[in-house]
Amino acid sequence: MSSFSRCAACKYLRRKCPQDCILAPYFPSSNPQRFVCVHKIFGASNVTKMLQQVPGHLRAEAAECISYEAIARVQDPVYGCVGIITQLQQQISQIHSEIMKTKGEMIAHHCAHSQHHPPPQPQGDPSWSISLHQQQQDYSQSDEHLLRKY
Amino acid sequence: MGGNSPCASCKLLRRRCAKGCIFAPYFPPDDPHRFAIVHKVFGASNISKMLQELPVHQRADAVSSLVYEANARVRDPVYGCVGAISYLQNQVAQLQMQLAVAQAEILCIQVQQEPLAMPSPVIPMDGSGDKSFLLHNNLPQYFNLASNSSNVTHESLKRESFYGQDMVS
Repeated sequence: MSSFSRCAACKYLRRKCPQDCILAPYFPSSNPQRFVCVHKIFGASNVTKMLQQVPGHLRAEAAECISYEAIARVQDPVYGCVGIITQLQQQISQIHSEIMKTKGEMIAHHCAHSQHHPPPQPQGDPSWSISLHQQQQDYSQSDEHLLRKY
Repeated sequence: MGGNSPCASCKLLRRRCAKGCIFAPYFPPDDPHRFAIVHKVFGASNISKMLQELPVHQRADAVSSLVYEANARVRDPVYGCVGAISYLQNQVAQLQMQLAVAQAEILCIQVQQEPLAMPSPVIPMDGSGDKSFLLHNNLPQYFNLASNSSNVTHESLKRESFYGQDMVS
């Protein structure tokens, strides 16, 4: 690669950009800030080693994720990506509480409605009364599954 | 820390552990793996610069999060902890859908039970009121992982137990 088309990494490091520069495909000169962040957090040689350890067809994804982590760390020098993970976990917990609250309201509505309007006696097909109970069971089973993950 | 017990960093770097060693409070000698992994991913000099730029009371949390990220990156050299973020973003999207469905059902029930009292149900779509969390989260989206290739989700889903750990104190 000529000096007129050096990648962002080689430009920043003020070196020649060889034809087989491992960083060139992922740090084009059009986005110099991306490499600045990556170099600040990980260092050019560490990034090169990380990309060399990854199969060629996965290097683009790896470079994206490394850049993401570096930018997150520059934006939040204390928590970096971990801050985002924590926020997401809190958001999940919050939405989950809302879901449980809504389901509680649903059950309360059903109970109140049943008291004021007793259901007609089923004529040989009790499946309608089972379906509500089954719904409640389905919901709580899926909640347990989610909780186990966290 | 000086004298007979150099910190894990100075031990690995084979240097004298000075009295004001910036690493010593966070990398005790009884846990050499902790420093080894952050050194492998970030490099000792980068860690040192990062810690120097932070007030002292925030350095412990910074080190904890760096250790977490370094572990994630060693465990998954392609996605690192971005895999966890992608997985959690998908979870948020699924739960938001579940919540929307549940709330729609409540509205239907209310309309059925009190058809005269209830106005026409209007499900707010603009995120107004206290349901704003239902919308796309306000986290910085450096790039939209939730709609990224299925590879990210597929790989990250294999590592459920990793996300259950406490991050930072």
